[in-house]
Amino acid sequence: MKLVIAIIQPHKLEAVKRELETVDVNLMTVTNVVGQGRQKGVTEVYRGAKEAGGLINKVRLDIAVNEAFVEPTIAAITKGAHTGSVGDGKIFVVELAECIRISSGERGGVAIG
Amino acid sequence: MNSGDTAWVLTASALVLLMTIPGLAFFYGGLVRRKNVLSILMQCFIIVCVISLQWMLFGYSLAFGPSFHGIIGNLDWIGLSGVGALPNPDYSKTIPHSVFMIFQAMFAIITPALIIGAYAERVKFSAFLLFTILWATLVYDPLAHWVWNPGGWLRGLGALDFAGGIVVHVSSGISALVLALLLGKRIGYNHKPIRPHNLPFTVLGAALLWFGWFGFNAGSALAADGLAGNAFITTHIATAAAGLTWALVEWWHNGTPTILGAATGAVAGLVAITPACGFVNPMNAVFIGMIVAMVCYTAVAIIKGKLGYDDSLDAFGVHGVGGAVGTIATGLFAEKAVNAAGANGLFFGNAHQLFIQFLSLLVAVAFAAFMTFIIYKIVDAVLGMRVEEKNELIGLDLTQQSEAAYTVIE
Repeated sequence: MKLVIAIIQPHKLEAVKRELETVDVNLMTVTNVVGQGRQKGVTEVYRGAKEAGGLINKVRLDIAVNEAFVEPTIAAITKGAHTGSVGDGKIFVVELAECIRISSGERGGVAIG
Repeated sequence: MNSGDTAWVLTASALVLLMTIPGLAFFYGGLVRRKNVLSILMQCFIIVCVISLQWMLFGYSLAFGPSFHGIIGNLDWIGLSGVGALPNPDYSKTIPHSVFMIFQAMFAIITPALIIGAYAERVKFSAFLLFTILWATLVYDPLAHWVWNPGGWLRGLGALDFAGGIVVHVSSGISALVLALLLGKRIGYNHKPIRPHNLPFTVLGAALLWFGWFGFNAGSALAADGLAGNAFITTHIATAAAGLTWALVEWWHNGTPTILGAATGAVAGLVAITPACGFVNPMNAVFIGMIVAMVCYTAVAIIKGKLGYDDSLDAFGVHGVGGAVGTIATGLFAEKAVNAAGANGLFFGNAHQLFIQFLSLLVAVAFAAFMTFIIYKIVDAVLGMRVEEKNELIGLDLTQQSEAAYTVIE
């Protein structure tokens, strides 16, 4: 089991969800986050005072998948979120020690999908 | 007595109340961080409560009561004794004295509320309360007396201030600067950006200020007549010119126009036209709006940064500087063709008026700055003006009021 964490541009969320559906990945947690990458943040101006380095709005997806779904998930996110310039975001893949479905008490791979 | 005049001044009174709550409260509230927004709303709201009582009990008598040597009103009218349905011809022959009193009450309320912009996000609530009562009594009431009481000594010199450029905006603006200097910067100012937490609030507040200002300025005619109409129109035109000019200056200087800039410019325009609105024509109101936007932009965006004081929400940069521009502009553009009871300014052949405007400006600045310094020292010694560092970091909403504006989790 793996946990796929993707940081993407907010306006790419719909495209990413559509791509994930085509590979049968439908379960995810989505949060609004702020951060900075190679873009080095945005510059904002308040009453003439320039404030560089403001954190940029991003969307984070947390998706738990079984091994067979790892590569299709990465491919779907990449396809949906890609524009080719800095700011497209990142995907992190980490080992997942356990997964428990609260309603039934099921554990492991069956609890994920 | 005239029912039309009375109806208009009562309506204008309600409009001026709208400027403080919710207008100014949201204009300022949106500019602070989310942890301090309730402190701003609370300060504005409590000022309405406290100053209304102060005004009724003794403030009105000090400001507008029978003059003691042009310096201060005597106590004949405390508790509104003798202030009733009959007109007081010194102020207006056509509206009840009580209506004039409540119209002026709204001015007394908004003036100390304007100062909030200077000490936002770091003042102790108890100290704010004591400061406000002392300031209203020792700065606003005397200054209103000098400029607006028929026996007042500045009025005797011929100073022109139609709706309160000196009394309201210069006095609060310069006091704001003194407080910002004495209090020091907010923790973290200059090191990391302090971003407004809700600019839509600020724009909403600015729009309500614009709307309410028609009562402030056109109401100051104390009649539903042509002079009120002129004040209404010049107020609107100067504000429009100032909002547009600020946005254009910003566009040229920074590359983009901003809504905060347009809203700030509009408020600067409202401030500057305040002393002039009943003495100048609409074309000159355009010039006043353009000038004040450029001057206030320079003060806020360039000079403040160089001098390094933390006037959190630019109470000085907009109200102090804008009020000064308006007071001087009145000495330039005033004309008797607009208001026979006024005077001609420099551009209409009367250089002396400009001198009087400068003199009143200097008097107001010196008096308000000195008194604010004294009041600050007293309040700071008794209560401590600034919150502890820990409380400032947590925020005033939780530490001064035990409440939070926004929940993160239900």
